[in-house]
Amino acid sequence: MSNIIHAQNPGQGEVRYLVPIVIEDKKQKFCRFKKFRLLHVDYKNPEFLTQFLNEQGKILPRRITGNSLKFQKKVQVAIKRARQIALLPYETDLLK
Amino acid sequence: MSSVNRYETVLILTPVLSDDQHKDTVQSYKNFLNNKGASVNYEEDWRLRKLAYPVKKKTTGYYYLLDYSGESALVSDLEVNLKRDERILRSLTVKLDKEAIAYIDQRRKEGKKLMSKQKKDKKTKTDEMLVTLPKRLVENEPISP
Repeated sequence: MSNIIHAQNPGQGEVRYLVPIVIEDKKQKFCRFKKFRLLHVDYKNPEFLTQFLNEQGKILPRRITGNSLKFQKKVQVAIKRARQIALLPYETDLLK
Repeated sequence: MSSVNRYETVLILTPVLSDDQHKDTVQSYKNFLNNKGASVNYEEDWRLRKLAYPVKKKTTGYYYLLDYSGESALVSDLEVNLKRDERILRSLTVKLDKEAIAYIDQRRKEGKKLMSKQKKDKKTKTDEMLVTLPKRLVENEPISP
């Protein structure tokens, strides 16, 4: 796809691109639970759950992890349970 | 009306006690469950672990997992007892749904512990997932337990 916009009247204030703009291909996100057919999110596995946390120990949003709604909710519950029994911190620095 | 459900309780005992005292404490709760007509399906000893944050000014705790089936009325009794007990730092009781039961039974069939400290036999589905994660999420290695 060419991104060059040819101005009808050069010099009339139209935007011109000499080099085509490179648009990065967005990587298709997918729900890991669906792909690997995991049905249950275990709260007793903190190492696994840290994938869905950022460095401060906050839960990453669905738009970043790519989880489906169903499993994001399960992950959310699992992380909160893990926090209750001190397997994961509520707040921290440099978790990873 | 009460139906039989399957529950799972994680106990965190104080690290101050000796090994025998830990066993006694856990045994007392198992007896309590048996007296109430529940049956313990499975139990697992996670030994001493580091807590992610201090609880009652303790930085470590002795974890124990009990998996039992019993009537729903039993859980509130158990929780009251756990809260009154000074040997228990914290506890969490969860009702197991059918996916959780399937997961646990599968793990038990494979002979794997629900919480494994060894890093040797590492070929579960979750580990495969770690490998295939996008780079950005696993740049740094996961914390060691």
